[in-house]
Amino acid sequence: MIESGIFYIFATTLVAAAIGVITFRNPVYSALCLVLSFVTSAVLWILLEAEFLGIVLVLVYVGAVMVLFLFVVMMLDINVEQMREGFTRYAPLGVLVALVVAFEIGYVVLRDAGAQPVKSPLPAEGYSNTEALGAVLYTDYAYAFELAAMILLVAIVAAISLTMRKRAQVKFQDINKQVATRAEDRVRLVTMKSEPRQ
Amino acid sequence: MIGLSHYLILSAILFSLAVAGIFLNRKNVIILLMCIELMLLAVNFNFVAYSRFLNDIDGQVFVFFILTVAAAEAAIGLAILVVLFRNRRSIDVDELDMMKG
Repeated sequence: MIESGIFYIFATTLVAAAIGVITFRNPVYSALCLVLSFVTSAVLWILLEAEFLGIVLVLVYVGAVMVLFLFVVMMLDINVEQMREGFTRYAPLGVLVALVVAFEIGYVVLRDAGAQPVKSPLPAEGYSNTEALGAVLYTDYAYAFELAAMILLVAIVAAISLTMRKRAQVKFQDINKQVATRAEDRVRLVTMKSEPRQ
Repeated sequence: MIGLSHYLILSAILFSLAVAGIFLNRKNVIILLMCIELMLLAVNFNFVAYSRFLNDIDGQVFVFFILTVAAAEAAIGLAILVVLFRNRRSIDVDELDMMKG
């Protein structure tokens, strides 16, 4: 009973936050609504007994990705009015497509709603979701795990190399040039006769 | 009693809202990226729900990897956006046609 209450409260919040993401005029409000929807999703995942992923969603998404989003949104100077052009023009088409998608998925889900699996109880004593996840992650999915690490590395390199720029007026060290410099290039030794005092 | 179909319907609503968002805000690249994040969240919802109801941990492993890839995608997407804004002073999708032949 209490599970239903929690589900309906947070599901309503989630849908409201998603509507906020797509309708708010100001992108900062949209990003904040997205934060709200991630947090409510984390609650619902914990309700589904996926505790580790719920915490990861809050830590990684709210803590890192959404902060990045907010940072970019606030850094860029966006002309909101210009961005809103065509909002009402495309609204009927968007609502239509969304309804069709929702109807299709809903039809498939509800067509055989009676035959769906029911929740079986987890092994009660000493069961840990994190432990169960780690047990398969580092054995069966070890290669995929390494691959995910590589993807993150490539993403870091790509993001930095895309956004880094060299500005002409800024003075910075060129380590290569420093190391490659020889004394002969910098200092010229001159031999000359000493001159008498005048 | 909350069954599997409740979660599936919720994720279907979330996904279709994200699709509608792509149509409504088709000039603003930042909102488009946010809508893609919402879609991935809806898909992850399905994985977590099925993983629980079929008592199979592999679905959650998949969500783990989707989260990784989505984080990488968001980082690169935002980096492209910053470079784009630096060069064009605008993030309007309609102006991104310099590669048009």
